[in-house]
Amino acid sequence: MDWARHLLVIPVLLPLVAGATLLLFDERRHTLKALVSVASTLVLLISAIALLRMADGTGGDTLSMSYALASWPAPFAIVLVLDRLSALLLVTTSVLALAALAFSLARWDRGGPHFHSLFQFLLMGLGGAFLTGDLFNLFVFFEVTLAASYGLLLHGSGSFRVRSGLHYISINLAASLLFLIGVSLIYGVTGTLNMADLALRIPLVAAEDRMLLQAGAGVLGVAFLVKAGMWPLGFWLPPAYMAAAAPVGAIFVILTKVGIYVLLRLSILLFGGLSGELAGFGSMVLLWGGIATLLFATSGVLASQAMGRLAGYSVLISSGTLLAAIGLGNTAVVSGALFYLVSSTFAAAALFMLIELVERAREPGADLLAVTMEAYGDEPEETDEPEDEEVGVIMPGALAMLGLSFGCIALLLAGLPPLSGFVAKFAMLKGMLAAGSQGGGIAASVWFLVALVIVSGLAALVAMMRTGIRTFWAPLEIVVPRVLVIEVAPVLALIGLCFAMTICGGAVIRYTDAASTELHQPAVYIQGVLGTGGVEK
Amino acid sequence: MELTLAVAIGVLTGSGVWLVLRPRTYQLVIGLSLLSYAVNLFIFSMGRLRVGAAPVLGPDGIANPADYADPVPQALVLTAIVIGFATTALLLVVLLVSRGLTGSDHVDGREGR
Repeated sequence: MDWARHLLVIPVLLPLVAGATLLLFDERRHTLKALVSVASTLVLLISAIALLRMADGTGGDTLSMSYALASWPAPFAIVLVLDRLSALLLVTTSVLALAALAFSLARWDRGGPHFHSLFQFLLMGLGGAFLTGDLFNLFVFFEVTLAASYGLLLHGSGSFRVRSGLHYISINLAASLLFLIGVSLIYGVTGTLNMADLALRIPLVAAEDRMLLQAGAGVLGVAFLVKAGMWPLGFWLPPAYMAAAAPVGAIFVILTKVGIYVLLRLSILLFGGLSGELAGFGSMVLLWGGIATLLFATSGVLASQAMGRLAGYSVLISSGTLLAAIGLGNTAVVSGALFYLVSSTFAAAALFMLIELVERAREPGADLLAVTMEAYGDEPEETDEPEDEEVGVIMPGALAMLGLSFGCIALLLAGLPPLSGFVAKFAMLKGMLAAGSQGGGIAASVWFLVALVIVSGLAALVAMMRTGIRTFWAPLEIVVPRVLVIEVAPVLALIGLCFAMTICGGAVIRYTDAASTELHQPAVYIQGVLGTGGVEK
Repeated sequence: MELTLAVAIGVLTGSGVWLVLRPRTYQLVIGLSLLSYAVNLFIFSMGRLRVGAAPVLGPDGIANPADYADPVPQALVLTAIVIGFATTALLLVVLLVSRGLTGSDHVDGREGR
């Protein structure tokens, strides 16, 4: 048990060491680099699963485990905290990372320098952000993630990537500054940065300081909403994700979820049941912001001509749904939302990877009529790469396989049975309606949200079908793309996982239920970090 | 002193925001730098302004903590400076690449209408 505790630091330490080691090797030894990178990601996945079992396995719902770095005591030094929510996100991240990494081995990892190092640093930042129990440390891990993501977004170069990279970096730098302002305001009022300690001190804040605290929390929230892509703050997202290389786009899907995770964690921990008069701060903003995001992304999906843009907007749909679900702040809805988070992350990531494979099949210039293609058409780096570099087993029946995968992803994004997208949306809608019927009538905003979640699924279905017909059925002479097994396998694996989530839906829902219940009991978290019962001090 | 600092932060932030909203990449990078200076000063001021107070307790044990400056914001500022510096340097490289690829220093890579 004592050694098992140290497992908590693996998701931060392992990618850091692997990424740093990879810097020492020359770019030409890419087999070695790929091997180290894959091994590190594999170990990461195994330890994430072990952490998940650890977070879940203790039976009772009163555990969140903390790990004091260098054994400094909790409220003064940085701690890592593991509970069901962070374990779930760690597993999602490492599964996604393994898939994206496998996909990149076919060609993308040789499209520019230091791909594997940047990838490992990205994983380190993500692992740290999901585990940390300290607000400023969260900022540091955010920056590590973002710095790596800047490099990855530019991977493969080309003027379109550089231009969207420029916008992406600028907006994220500005958001980071807001993050700092929010953190320092909160520190100025409460005198602590430890999240558990904050949850204890916020109810004690004097009435005249309360406005300052709210301002700080609001500014901090805006920073996360920028990352999550809420409506007026999310215009940067589709072009940036569209510009990224396929495996990078796939791993970027989890980046928006970091913002969602922090909002979920902090809004419930800091402004949940314990916080007295400040309870529920900002939940209306999240609800209506999520609804606005859903509206915007739904019309975006319908208007998209290019597949990359379609995928970008489907990430926004997922963000909007999750934000609105968090805004409702109801245990059952949040449980459904966690299921939805995993399912929609896998589906969107699979879509990003599939797009690149499918685009190979289309004759160049087929999209010239499409307005949005203007930006996508000039990618010199695609032709720069010598074709004979692609060694490996070529996938037989590629087109059928791609078409089938495309159909499955459409079902997942639209939330139609029999795949996990349906289970997720069903769980969320059930939670929304059940909450209303207990408390005497369902609020108009909830009805609106329910309708919108269903309509957004329909829009995704329409857009996917239109693209599918244009890609797979309409062309008279279809070029069968050269697709390697290692490129299709990650896509199929992610879809397979969604299948598995449907079949084992009961077990997954039980886990997300437990995670959501645990999340809504801030005392459990505080107990895990500070070792005190909660309300004293 | 409070007034001077507040005005300084306000002026830096105002100029920074204005520059960030300008269309040239050079203005963007200067604007972001000014904003990060303002934010660093702001973090610093959140530890309350003190003159002639040490942030580190002496070897003779704990005296009255009220005689000392708060060390945490100072540590935070240090981290924020390092991170801000590194990311701004990265942004600068991207700006140069963008200039080289598009031949324009407009943030969109081409002149607006």
